Amino acid sequence: MGRKLLLDKAHIEGIRYYDVYRKNGGYAAAEKALKSMSPDQVTEEVKKSGLRGRGGAGFPTGLKWSFLAKPEGVPRYLVCNADESEPGTFKDRYLMEFIPHLLIEGLLISSFALGANRTYIYIRGEYAWIPDILEEAIADAHKNGWLGKNIQGTGFDLDIYVQRGAGAYICGEETALIESLEGKRGNPRIKPPFPAVKGLWQSPTVVNNVETLAAVVPIINIGGDEYSKFGTGKSTGTKLISACGNLNKPGVYEIDMSISVEEFIYSDEYCGGIPNGKRLKACIPGGSSVPILPANLLLKTAKGETRMMTYESLNDGGFATGTMMGSGGFIVLDEDQCVVRHTMSLARFYHHESCGQCSPCREGTGWMKKVLLNIENGKGKMSDIDLLWDIQRKIEGNTICPLGDAAAWPVAAAIRHFRDEFEWHVTNPEEAVKRNFGLAHYADPLPVVAAVV
Amino acid sequence: MAVQFSEEKLNKVKEIIARYPEGKQKSALIPVLHLAQESFGGWLSSETMDYVASLLQITPIEVYEVATFYSMYNLKPVGKYLFEVCHTGPCMVSGSDNIIAYIKEKLGIDVGETTPDGLFTLKTVECLGACGYAPMMQLGKFYKEHLTKEKVDQIIAELRAQAN
Amino acid sequence: MAEEKKLFKVKIDNIPVEVEPGTTILNAARLIGGDVVPPAMCYYSKLQGSGGKCRTCLVKVSKGSDADPRPMPKLVASCRTTVMDGMEVANITSPEVLEARKGVVEFLLLNHPLDCPVCDQAGECDLQDLSYEHGVSATRYEFKRRTFEKEDIGEHIKLHMTRCILCYRCVFTADQLTNNRQHGILGRGDHSEISTYIKASLDQTNFIGNVIDVCPVGALTDRTARFKNRVWFLKPVDAHRECHDPNCCGKTVLWMRGDEIFRVTARKDKYGEVEAFICDTCRFEKKDVKDWVVEGPRKVARYSVISQGHYVGVHKPHETVAKVMDGRQPKLLMDIHSVSEVNQPAVDLSKIEGPAHSNDFPKNNGAQ
Repeated sequence: MGRKLLLDKAHIEGIRYYDVYRKNGGYAAAEKALKSMSPDQVTEEVKKSGLRGRGGAGFPTGLKWSFLAKPEGVPRYLVCNADESEPGTFKDRYLMEFIPHLLIEGLLISSFALGANRTYIYIRGEYAWIPDILEEAIADAHKNGWLGKNIQGTGFDLDIYVQRGAGAYICGEETALIESLEGKRGNPRIKPPFPAVKGLWQSPTVVNNVETLAAVVPIINIGGDEYSKFGTGKSTGTKLISACGNLNKPGVYEIDMSISVEEFIYSDEYCGGIPNGKRLKACIPGGSSVPILPANLLLKTAKGETRMMTYESLNDGGFATGTMMGSGGFIVLDEDQCVVRHTMSLARFYHHESCGQCSPCREGTGWMKKVLLNIENGKGKMSDIDLLWDIQRKIEGNTICPLGDAAAWPVAAAIRHFRDEFEWHVTNPEEAVKRNFGLAHYADPLPVVAAVV
Repeated sequence: MAVQFSEEKLNKVKEIIARYPEGKQKSALIPVLHLAQESFGGWLSSETMDYVASLLQITPIEVYEVATFYSMYNLKPVGKYLFEVCHTGPCMVSGSDNIIAYIKEKLGIDVGETTPDGLFTLKTVECLGACGYAPMMQLGKFYKEHLTKEKVDQIIAELRAQAN
Repeated sequence: MAEEKKLFKVKIDNIPVEVEPGTTILNAARLIGGDVVPPAMCYYSKLQGSGGKCRTCLVKVSKGSDADPRPMPKLVASCRTTVMDGMEVANITSPEVLEARKGVVEFLLLNHPLDCPVCDQAGECDLQDLSYEHGVSATRYEFKRRTFEKEDIGEHIKLHMTRCILCYRCVFTADQLTNNRQHGILGRGDHSEISTYIKASLDQTNFIGNVIDVCPVGALTDRTARFKNRVWFLKPVDAHRECHDPNCCGKTVLWMRGDEIFRVTARKDKYGEVEAFICDTCRFEKKDVKDWVVEGPRKVARYSVISQGHYVGVHKPHETVAKVMDGRQPKLLMDIHSVSEVNQPAVDLSKIEGPAHSNDFPKNNGAQ
């Protein structure tokens, strides 16, 4: 059994409620932090833990906290990013629905470390029933002296508010989230200045993902050093993976980052393999924005090593033969799935979600979608594949926010690894609308490439 | 009919505004628009938006800009029950296309249309964060997950009964 | 000099320049001038918060600063990136930048109607110049372009949303020059549009006309001048008047032909930015030469189509036919009207509804 830090108590009946949560060791970390540690000591523990942002970018959390500007007399804010919208990702929802107090406790400790007295949870609007759960948890925490004025007699004040979004993927980008929280359109801001200097209402602000903030609780409980012993290398601790697509047991799993991708997909402890005896064709292991990999490159790196569920191993090979951990949205495609159609659906998603502020993303995402739709419907030309490649290349890196990259990468990776399937759609237009390309050679073992000197 | 919140809802608006520092009441716009949509027929008319602007002391255009940006606000009237079926990648590989086709056939409407009796509107939406429980749709405040044809039948029958 | 401010040394395309801290790369390049200045479609120095969106001014920072010489990982928007001491920037010397810019131009033109032949902005359009300088001759886009209905937003301003490139300048203008913004960006993604949502009129403040001047394309045009003349047939002259509005500089350019004023605009510098904003009274209502003190011809850049052959050094060509024919006037060999069935001066084409047909013309001098 893999060791767990976040979901270790998720099976306990009633853990959603304060009393049960408290009885099972809840708020011990908050007590420890507020009563026996200074804010800097808490930040230091988080740094030591090696915790990396769980929202997708994987930026070291302790470092992010240390960038927060601390001018006198200006309030600082912590904002919890619960705008979970990356296709394939549904782990934060699980945490908030089933163990809301873990998040509240994480927010309390983190706010204490950052010196924030007013903290917001920005949750995607579609999770319409979860604010009620969170607000109930907040009210119970208040009642028991964990929020409000002079918490547990330590002199620290904190209020947590829940803000619902209203349907915009882009609000998962931290500056767009801040704009939205200010009651505006979710247009990402042009950086610099970064939120750590000028964020919410022009005050220094830290925006962290739900899972990141929840992970602060075990870090304080067991100490940063101990936390960093989980996982491997720079992938410390545990990670929630939301597995979906063609799997026997889709769902949210907590892994300590020391298992292989193969084990994750096929073992009974995790996803239990692929239904109906089908074979694995492809996988997007970190949410829709990260590069898709064919089965052969997913299970083994280009060097022939077993691919592990860690930031480094998934990244092995860069964009040429690797992918990313991203937000941990693990999408599995079996041999019956069409990569062109899947890529089209993702392009449609990014087109729908582009805020429209900067031209490459506004115009390019729609263009890619239309070209992909043509290819999928048997109306494509060979030159369309190169055109797609060129469009994505001109979007990537040239936009205000990472949505441009997120829209470009899935298209690039699909063409890079599944060009045969795209070409088959062009050369067999009639067949392409009736049946799928199938597994083809995408699971064949690859010849191991000698190291390039 | 003039657009006007009930006393209870006005208190709710006040409570929302109090979540933000003094003078930052514009932040309440998105939650108050949700409240307005729930209260005034499931969509936002320009009267409703102007009313929200006056409550928050901002200009109407600031409200229009925001309301047209976010996909959850309906700018046109919708049926009593709104089926918002996800069709993004993970749902698609789990069979959302079949579910959408089935609902279309069952209700006799296309995506974006409302049944003649005004009961059901069908929309396709992008990822709702329930990929592991696909195919799925949003129905009002809640999600309906692991959809099958039988489950769709059951949902529609229940809603019809509820409406009568 | 008492306290001399330390200037930052910057190199743009290997040309050194010293600028004050806080200057953006774009403005540093403008100090150098010439070809190294990146084009800007959304940035407007007089509008706070503008810029960063169109991405035409992307440049490569090949050296961050003396203190941290690492290059920046991505191309940056030069209009919103401030210089550091020792920074080195590549604009036209970077193939990567030129390639990206070509991409941006293609994206900007993707949904643009390219209706320059019927567009009032033609001849003074930033997008036209940009695509001429940085674009390619053919589009690779094979789909239907998005279109919108034309809309009168008030008595004086026409909104032609189909042409808009969503630079947001007009929104900043309304926010910063008037206290009653009626229009904004609605919708999302490539469905975004400039609109009032409720078909409101913008004419409620005295400065909204400036949105016409800041618009880089023909999306917002002056209804009092629309279709009246081509800019390159007009003679721009500097003029001023005592304007009663304290916020109006009263200094304008009159676009004239003969004594007739076709259009009044603010004075624009070589980057297409107005020198100072003017009020709507000056812009829309003062169309009589007597309202103005004319200062003289406006200097127009030589490369501009507006300066093409009309008022500087224009000479009436000499009639040479008579000279070579020993003073005899040329004689018409044939009067077209007598042989043509349709070319008859007696028929006033403008009075015919719709296109003229042969039966609109009486045959053989009215013998029908």
